[in-house]
Amino acid sequence: MGFFDQLLQFALSGVGVGAIYAIVGLGFMIVYSVTRVVNFAQGEFVMLGGMVTATLYAAGVPLALAMVIAVIFAVLVGALMQRGIIHPARNASTVTLILLTFGVSIVIRGIALLVWTTDPRSFPAFSGEKSIAVGQAVVSPQAIWVVGTLAVLAVALYLFFGKTMPGKALQACAVNAPAARLMGISVETMALLAFALAAAMGALAGIVTTPLTTTSYDIGIPMAVKGFVAALAGGLNRIEGVLLGGLVLGVLESMAAGLISSGFKDAIALVILILVLLVRPGGLLGGAEAGHI
Amino acid sequence: MTERKGIKYARYSLIGVLILGLAVLPQIITNPYLLSLFTFIAIYAIVGIGLSLLMGYAGQISLGQAAFFGIGAYASGVLTAKQMWDPWIAMVAAALLTGIIAALTGGIILRFQGHVLAVATLALTIIVYILLVQLEPITGGLSPGLPGIPRLSILGLKLNKDFHYFYLSWAALLVLLFLASNIVHSRVGRALRSFHHFYGGSEQAAESVGVNPTLLKVQVFALSAMYASIAGSIYAHYISYLNPSPFGIFMSLQLMVMVILGGLRSLWGAILGAATVMALGEALRAVVPMLFPKAFGEYQIIAYGVIMIVILLMAPEGMVQIPRIIWAALRGIRSKESQAPQLASEGVVAQRAEKGS
Repeated sequence: MGFFDQLLQFALSGVGVGAIYAIVGLGFMIVYSVTRVVNFAQGEFVMLGGMVTATLYAAGVPLALAMVIAVIFAVLVGALMQRGIIHPARNASTVTLILLTFGVSIVIRGIALLVWTTDPRSFPAFSGEKSIAVGQAVVSPQAIWVVGTLAVLAVALYLFFGKTMPGKALQACAVNAPAARLMGISVETMALLAFALAAAMGALAGIVTTPLTTTSYDIGIPMAVKGFVAALAGGLNRIEGVLLGGLVLGVLESMAAGLISSGFKDAIALVILILVLLVRPGGLLGGAEAGHI
Repeated sequence: MTERKGIKYARYSLIGVLILGLAVLPQIITNPYLLSLFTFIAIYAIVGIGLSLLMGYAGQISLGQAAFFGIGAYASGVLTAKQMWDPWIAMVAAALLTGIIAALTGGIILRFQGHVLAVATLALTIIVYILLVQLEPITGGLSPGLPGIPRLSILGLKLNKDFHYFYLSWAALLVLLFLASNIVHSRVGRALRSFHHFYGGSEQAAESVGVNPTLLKVQVFALSAMYASIAGSIYAHYISYLNPSPFGIFMSLQLMVMVILGGLRSLWGAILGAATVMALGEALRAVVPMLFPKAFGEYQIIAYGVIMIVILLMAPEGMVQIPRIIWAALRGIRSKESQAPQLASEGVVAQRAEKGS
């Protein structure tokens, strides 16, 4: 395989991976813009989506139903987290909130370890395993599902925030919560909605990537870190920025793994993180004011 | 005034009792596992004190202490096992190296606040872990790791018995605690508190009186890294073998829980927290397999997570609050801290400004 063909291959796999990071990043973005909380447990929703689906499927539940149940389960966990922990602590300092979401993420992960042990899980790809050729490179059909899911989600979010009442209400809370309250919007309900949405998206990301990469109890943290990098690249408030950040991260990571060494792959995300923070703290596409989703 | 003196008297006598207790402990406890547990408590507490200085006084969150602990341990390990340096010189060199690394990275990441700083320090832990694993020619990676780290010796007395390390680590802990306490009660300590909003401070106000928050933050960050490094060096010489696995996110979390549980704003909290978390870990290791026979791995993290959540929501001051509450109750005064649980919100706490450790 020629060098450029290799690059193409890395780029293509990178897009598949990057799409996942972008979806996770969108989850971070939604929660942050409404509640000013960076939810470190976001990665755990990704883990739950994949693990619950895999477990149900292995128990005989039809795949589609298993996925739906998994998403609902993640949403319930997210809602519980918001009501039980974030909401009571809403006036606490940033440090406290960070540590709280961290605490939740380790509890979820610990329980996952007890329930599922360390074995990786998976389930079949949605439309088969036959790779599709793109020039000299190959793409797995599942990867297309991943990117497709991202595209659908991104468009749906755009429409949601731009055209629907709940979406606009969420935006209003992001821009100015007290003013939103004066307009009759319940900020508390919006916060709950934000968490539920983020959980659902995280779970979807987990579900759609599991046939490609398998899943296990501990994928939460790397997912969270990389999703956060994607979110930061979008300035934590712009959908396009998050998409771009996630895809760039995925491609760079894939290239690094292929060209340098796969051991350093995770470090790439972090180095990129530091670079982005240094150079463009407002996100890759420039700093928009907080709240402008 | 009398109350202050009374508290001081109680404090000093408690310290005296503690030191006496420590001196005799190895005579009473002959079980080597238990003794090593106490040794580890001291080692982790050293890191905890550094973290406490950073989080409780300088107000900077750090999930990166495991990285510095690891760098210190490996620096000591490699310098003594492979380059045959004198262990004490290696320890100092390791601390300096760690301090420099911390100062450089701190200079970059400490300009960020809150969430981003947390992730950046987490990133540090992950990067260092990856480096330790991948740089096999130097560190030996995950396997075979780094064996054959020589024991320490003081003035010719070779420290090759377990209880030597018990005394060494607790002595180091007490010395470093003393040092930290002096910092806290000095101009530097006041300068730190001047820009930490928990104490009612603000960065702009601090700058206006000539305090340089950025410089101080980096210095405390570097100092906390050096504390972690020293602890790591002792750890390396104690167990004589290194492997990257402990120096990861789990350890950073464990340290964080120790400091929060014990009490962020008290240096003693670090020791208390370390002891409690280790004890809890042991208790869980004994109990959980009976309930979940298939369980293995680091399931204690569930407990750590729950503890962290409960403490943060209910008792943000940590366990260290308890003696104060008891003391105040004994004196028939309703202490301000024992009122309805308050969260560490910005405004609440000008009152508490003077009660810091």
